[in-house]
Amino acid sequence: MIDVKNLSKSFGDHLVLDNISEHIHPGEKVVIIGPSGSGKSTFLRCLNLLEIPTKGSITFDGVDITDPKVNIDGIRRQMGMVFQHFNLFPNMTIRKNITLAPVWTGLMKQAEADEAAESLLRRVGLEDKAEAYPAQLSGGQKQRIAIVRAMAMKPKLMLFDEPTSALDPEMVGEVLDVMRELADEGMTMVVVTHEMGFAREVGTRVLFMADGIVMEQNTPSELFGNPKCERLRGFLAKVL
Amino acid sequence: MSSYELWKELMRSGDSSVTALQRAYVYFYQAFIENNRWQQYLNGVLTTLWVTAAALVLGIILGVIVAVIRTAHDQQRPGQRNPLLGICNFILKIYVTVIRGTPMMVQLMIMGFVIFASSRSFALVGALTLGINSGAYVSEIIRGGLMAVDGGQMEAGRSLGLNYADTMRFIIVPQAVKAILPALGNEFIVLLKDTSLISVIGGKELLYAARGVVSRTYEAMYPFLGTALIYLVLVMIFTWLLGIFERRLRQSDRR
Ligand SMILES: Nc1ncnc2c1ncn2[C@@H]1O[C@H](COP(=O)(O)OP(=O)(O)OP(=O)(O)O)[C@@H](O)[C@H]1O
Ligand SMILES: [Mg+2]
Repeated sequence: MIDVKNLSKSFGDHLVLDNISEHIHPGEKVVIIGPSGSGKSTFLRCLNLLEIPTKGSITFDGVDITDPKVNIDGIRRQMGMVFQHFNLFPNMTIRKNITLAPVWTGLMKQAEADEAAESLLRRVGLEDKAEAYPAQLSGGQKQRIAIVRAMAMKPKLMLFDEPTSALDPEMVGEVLDVMRELADEGMTMVVVTHEMGFAREVGTRVLFMADGIVMEQNTPSELFGNPKCERLRGFLAKVL
Repeated sequence: MSSYELWKELMRSGDSSVTALQRAYVYFYQAFIENNRWQQYLNGVLTTLWVTAAALVLGIILGVIVAVIRTAHDQQRPGQRNPLLGICNFILKIYVTVIRGTPMMVQLMIMGFVIFASSRSFALVGALTLGINSGAYVSEIIRGGLMAVDGGQMEAGRSLGLNYADTMRFIIVPQAVKAILPALGNEFIVLLKDTSLISVIGGKELLYAARGVVSRTYEAMYPFLGTALIYLVLVMIFTWLLGIFERRLRQSDRR
């Protein structure tokens, strides 16, 4: 589904991603872990071109999205993204947050989008919040809305960048539940997280990133049960 | 003979029996009432107000155009820069730098005595100059407001597949407006006071009227104090109105 070839990214002369090649298959749940500053967010943000790669190519469903001529808005419509800080639109109701993109990108009519929003909200148990504004919601509720907002575009793939890192501990569970449900439905997911329990349980493959490269990768049980490189062992000793 | 003329005569002859209050009355009468001079101040205030309004409208139009082009330029994807936008941005940057880097008085002199030296519409030239000047400041106010919106908002909009223009229109601009409007109100007050400068190129606004009276009566205190008072009252009225407006804005925001 996504084919990353020789991806490098630098900010100025600071090399953050160093020649990464990776393939993400449909239906996979790829979890990315690693120490702070290792380039996890940058890698994820390159996948939908929020960061422009310095070198290399990214192919999505056979289209080279790093080609300057490609319609990036069209590509992004097929990839949902969930941010650490939710980034809900504070000037709109929850309903509007969810329906804005489907309506203005021509995916749905307003009535259709409203209906879709309603059923999505019901799925995450927030149907009574349709007319509320983001400022009235708790962190966990905001993040569930953010997930639903991305899903309203009917994406083929969802990117999550530390979706629970900004939450109070008691709200982490409700967000992970929604993500787990999404995973069970067969959504292709790439998740950067520090939730090792989630990685172990939901991930089909775990990538350990450090120093701008994927240092080790494996199935969750292998990677956590039998870590090979020293860096990973050190990292796991700290977080587990 | 009215008491004004009587007391004035006594003052002129150096009679020390004129009281301070009588003196004040003479100066006040002479500054504002004699020959219906209050009409000159009133005409001055009207000119001040329309010049302010015209300059503000021009300033906002210029400011929005400059801000939109410069922000669009700054937010381009690296490696995909539009050369036309680059040229526009370069020219507009010069405009903002020159306007902000030179005194308003000098700009007025250049416009009034060089570029429009042959024009007799002094107030109009003044309004034009103030508008061009204000445009540079307004553009920076708007740019500041747009940049103050959290970068995550643009990213969230774009990640949903909205294009740049729609993201600006529905997400960034409505949030920026809340920061921009109070600053624009402030700019309006500054403009109102700065209109007094156009008297140097012959614009017949309030200060010009006061100077006319001074040159005829040889008495400066009352005309100028009166002028200061009128400006103060105008500014207070508009500050009050802007305060009401801002409170409305905040109320509609309290969710
Ligand atoms: N826009 C930017 N400009 C300059 N440097 C950046 C930028 N974004 C990220 N970096 C740098 O790139 C490196 C990798 O950042 P990145 O956010 O990808 O790390 P991360 O693995 O997501 O870390 P964390 O776990 O803290 O989120 C860091 O050293 C960071 O300072
Ligand atoms: Mg990160």
